[in-house]
Amino acid sequence: MKVLVTVSEVADVDDEFEIDGLEIDSRYLTYDLNEWDNYAVEEAVQLDEESEEEVEVVTATIGPERTEETIRQALAKGADRAIRVWDDSLADASVLDPITKATILAAVVEEEDPDLVLTGVQTGDYAFGATGVALASQIDYGWGAVVNYLDYEVGDDTAEVHRELEGGVEELAEIRLPAVLTIQTGINEPRYASLRGIRQAQSKPLDAHGLEDLGLSADELPLDLELTDLEVPEVESDVEFFEGGAEEEAAQLADLLRDKGVAS
Amino acid sequence: MAVLAVAEHRRGDLRDPSFEVLTAGRELADAAGTELHVVVTGGDVDAFAEDLNREGVDAIHTVDYGEEFNAEVAVQAVDQLAADGEFEHVVVPNTVNGLGSAPAIAQRLGRPIATDAIGVDVDEGLIITRELYGGKTEGTIAVDGPAAVVTVRPGEWPAAEGAGDAAIEAADVDIDEGAIGTTVTGFQEVGAGDVDITEAEVLVSVGRGIEEEENIVLIQALAEALDATVSASRPIVDNEWLPKDRQVGQSGKVVTPDVYIAIGISGAVQHVAGMKGSDTIVAINTDPSAPIYDIADFGIEDDLFDVVPALIEEFGGDVPDF
Ligand SMILES: Cc1cc2nc3c(=O)[nH]c(=O)nc-3n(C[C@H](O)[C@H](O)[C@H](O)COP(=O)(O)OP(=O)(O)OC[C@H]3O[C@@H](n4cnc5c(N)ncnc54)[C@H](O)[C@@H]3O)c2cc1C
Ligand SMILES: Nc1ncnc2c1ncn2[C@@H]1O[C@H](COP(=O)(O)O)[C@@H](O)[C@H]1O
Repeated sequence: MKVLVTVSEVADVDDEFEIDGLEIDSRYLTYDLNEWDNYAVEEAVQLDEESEEEVEVVTATIGPERTEETIRQALAKGADRAIRVWDDSLADASVLDPITKATILAAVVEEEDPDLVLTGVQTGDYAFGATGVALASQIDYGWGAVVNYLDYEVGDDTAEVHRELEGGVEELAEIRLPAVLTIQTGINEPRYASLRGIRQAQSKPLDAHGLEDLGLSADELPLDLELTDLEVPEVESDVEFFEGGAEEEAAQLADLLRDKGVAS
Repeated sequence: MAVLAVAEHRRGDLRDPSFEVLTAGRELADAAGTELHVVVTGGDVDAFAEDLNREGVDAIHTVDYGEEFNAEVAVQAVDQLAADGEFEHVVVPNTVNGLGSAPAIAQRLGRPIATDAIGVDVDEGLIITRELYGGKTEGTIAVDGPAAVVTVRPGEWPAAEGAGDAAIEAADVDIDEGAIGTTVTGFQEVGAGDVDITEAEVLVSVGRGIEEEENIVLIQALAEALDATVSASRPIVDNEWLPKDRQVGQSGKVVTPDVYIAIGISGAVQHVAGMKGSDTIVAINTDPSAPIYDIADFGIEDDLFDVVPALIEEFGGDVPDF
């Protein structure tokens, strides 16, 4: 069986930062493996470890060469091989929208023909929360969104999942394979890569593809969203800051709390 | 032409975002100078339609299929309803079920999707405002083309009220049962435990800023000194540093204490959904751009590892080793 995990790199913004036009100045950004995808990779690797049968775990990333460092993290955690897709024209787009990402990932699915696709619920930076379900529809797979429990015996026709709804309620569902599941944090305990894993990751296959290799062309991608403005939002509340160093701040907060009748 | 809003329900009740999406939908319909239609799939659709018939709604399409909201049924229904090109923008709540269906609706209809809007407008096409980078920035996004799918953030638009005079009709759609890959077998409540954080008057709430499991004792000591209860953001519960019954937020509990002290919590929308109704909100966070400060009444922009021990001492508590 083959599991495809979509792996995205996300940007973390420093506490203090500056916006340069439509982007956050790259000096204030650090890149990392998307938190939700970390859980998705772990889920796929566990499926492999817990099954008697061979489960191949392949990751797919849309991203420039820079992202290979992030992709190696997924390989170090146990994925077998990786695919990276990029075209320089994509760097010109202000936003990679979910339908465009799904279109590119669908071409990878076409090549790989996985039985199960795991994506994250959302990316930590843009947080569209939409790519996984758009992909499922594109490739005509069934899907389950926001999955925080997965029970699947390799070879079965269906997977048993819990979908995390709002307010501490989970939906229990059976999903026919092939399917796309969008994975929620907390579904497992993602491992840290071992030194051995990190070493092995260096020699695992990481294939870079252009769009043409997948039968796509940049002109035909939807790319329907355009960022036209980026700002630091105006703060609506009038938050009052306590100042003067930790002791002083704690003293002021203590006064406030006593005023409110706390601990009295 | 019309705008189409998609309603959502669970275990027999329409959910609040279903009424908010009517308001957002009406706003879009006004901006585009068109009608507002609503579609509701599954459950007691006649009762739902009556309830959704609020001011500003022009027509309601019901699809009587199954008990619960099923994303794939909603997708098929909207796909068929829109087949005649009658609907320009489709508006869906940015909820778990909304995000479980809207992207597939967009893909089926061959339209772009923009999610989690906090503002909508129409110029040549749809324009939305949304947060980016964990609420640290706000962006304006122009959506190309005459018709799009947009999901709207819960709590951003008021619920539609008043009685409407919408035309209610059973939609002429055929749900293909064979194409539905998901069977809902039940529901389960999680997070029941010994402590009910919704009853607490004072909550000391801890987030990822605490860094390590060993440091949680610091928060526990503070709670003890303040005679308060400990709650947490999601990563703390995901890591199993505290049990699920302590989680505040969209998928945890909604709390409204007199005082909520957020320590090392950024204030992601899903967290804020669970605590914004607190009387007094205090945030301790080193990051001045953390969105928690948008809703806090009082703030300390300093290191929690300095402030919390000092606060424990203020109340005569013992500062544990951390
Ligand atoms: C479908 C869905 C449902 C979700 N449901 C929930 C939910 O119910 N509840 C919930 O909480 N989240 C929920 N989330 C997750 C949410 O999006 C955020 O990821 C989460 O709330 C972040 O938690 P945090 O603020 O503790 O961590 P972070 O966002 O990582 O913030 C940590 C903060 O600590 C600060 N900090 C770091 N070090 C220090 C220090 N020494 N002193 C002071 N401050 C410091 C940092 O500046 C930062 O602001 C959900 C997400 C999804 C997609
Ligand atoms: N650039 C990308 N490359 C690979 N997978 C991606 C990419 N962007 C998003 N995804 C996948 O889609 C999920 C949801 O992303 P989004 O819809 O952008 O919030 C992520 O958790 C990833 O699994």
